[in-house]
Amino acid sequence: MSILDKVIGIIAEQALLETSDVTENSTLEELGIDSLGLIECIFAIEEAFDITVPFNANEPTKGDFDISNVKAITGGIERLIAEKTG
Amino acid sequence: MKRVVITGAGTINALGHSVADTMEAMREARCGIGPLKLRDVERLSIQIGGQVRGFEAEGRYNRQQISLYDRFTQFTLAAAKEAIDQAGITFSGEDAAKSGVVLGTAGGGVSTWDDNYRSVYEGGKNRVHPFVVPKLMNNAAASHVSMEHNLKGPSFTVSTACASSNHAMAQAFQMVRTGMAPVMVTGGSESMLCFGGVKAWEGLRVMSKDACRPFSANRNGMVQGEGAGVFVFEEYEHARARSAEVLCEVAGFAMSSDASDIVMPSKNGAARAMAGALQDARINAEDVGYINAHGTGTAANDKTECAAVADVFGPHADRLMISSTKSMHGHLIGGTGAVELLACIMALRDGVIAPTIGYQEPDPECALDVVPNEARDASVDVVLSNAFAFGGMNAVIALRRI
Repeated sequence: MSILDKVIGIIAEQALLETSDVTENSTLEELGIDSLGLIECIFAIEEAFDITVPFNANEPTKGDFDISNVKAITGGIERLIAEKTG
Repeated sequence: MKRVVITGAGTINALGHSVADTMEAMREARCGIGPLKLRDVERLSIQIGGQVRGFEAEGRYNRQQISLYDRFTQFTLAAAKEAIDQAGITFSGEDAAKSGVVLGTAGGGVSTWDDNYRSVYEGGKNRVHPFVVPKLMNNAAASHVSMEHNLKGPSFTVSTACASSNHAMAQAFQMVRTGMAPVMVTGGSESMLCFGGVKAWEGLRVMSKDACRPFSANRNGMVQGEGAGVFVFEEYEHARARSAEVLCEVAGFAMSSDASDIVMPSKNGAARAMAGALQDARINAEDVGYINAHGTGTAANDKTECAAVADVFGPHADRLMISSTKSMHGHLIGGTGAVELLACIMALRDGVIAPTIGYQEPDPECALDVVPNEARDASVDVVLSNAFAFGGMNAVIALRRI
């Protein structure tokens, strides 16, 4: 399973949607994921990929980790995995 | 209805081991937050806190007491002794039979849970110390205060997360006001600065890695603290009859529930608690000179709290002072309202308003006089102390100069 597919799976589960309802361009907001749901998604991502995501709920847009849509999240994960193995 | 006054105060927290030391630190805008010293700290992503330093159980308490006193109980007993000594009261006869202890704590004996889970799960031990349960229970601190000071009336522990102490003190106030008890020992304590206690908070991603900067545009979260605050709430005539020194009057309180979200605060719930406390105390909003804010330094709290203050006070919101002393001692969770009551007493009795330190950039959404970075001399007659807990449970106390 690709990173993108895994991310879609995590987000779909959190949003109580089918994976087919989640696309690369979906934003968390339009999927109905609130701030608590976002924290749970990040936790699930950290567990699934064994990475640490730099994210502070007080300044969600400030960190290096872009959460603007599914594609951006996937890109962030790829980078964190590369940094870890690199 | 009887009048209720405070005749004794005691504390231990990151700013000091006494009320005098704590108030001096607040006047001098000192920061008690620093690098955490605890086991496995390198495995934490949050490594700062308002830790109590130089407090050794050995020497203060004997071996048997230490086997029964979690750190939150140790803090409570130290603070209770200071408060009751200041009040100059000993409990006997009918006073003892009617007076009690109501304390707040969110976690109780967190480090006792932590140490013993570690021992059975990680250490593989199959046996724990026989007193684990009486040591970790949330009411342990209240029980030991009752035993130590012969308080035989109504005693219990209140647990409403970050509002625990305010709910406890409101309850104690109500008991004295209605004549149910002549004196109540009240306040709260917390000691969550152990590996498991900090790790749990990390999960929420609301903690700052560098500092607690309430109301400052560049704030990035809360910082945990630890310690206790304990007070003697006494019926006014009872205090006068024994010529006790009165620190201030407790004028009223209100409690409200947001009934909306388990972690996100509500402007309406906070506003209803503040307005309710004014109404209960029969105080006009224009008479409030200072508010000790809940002021956690999170984006969610600070904006909501400032908006609620603006709603309740209207144009007067721009004239009153509001500060968060959490910037100095950290967030004591269930004990926080008790330690913060000291800033209220200092404002009323000494005419010194404790500052919000770490304030660097104005935030248009928190455009109130937050007493930035330096304490201020100002005469105030009425103050409020806010506490807004996770779970949407709010408790606000109103105090008056006497």
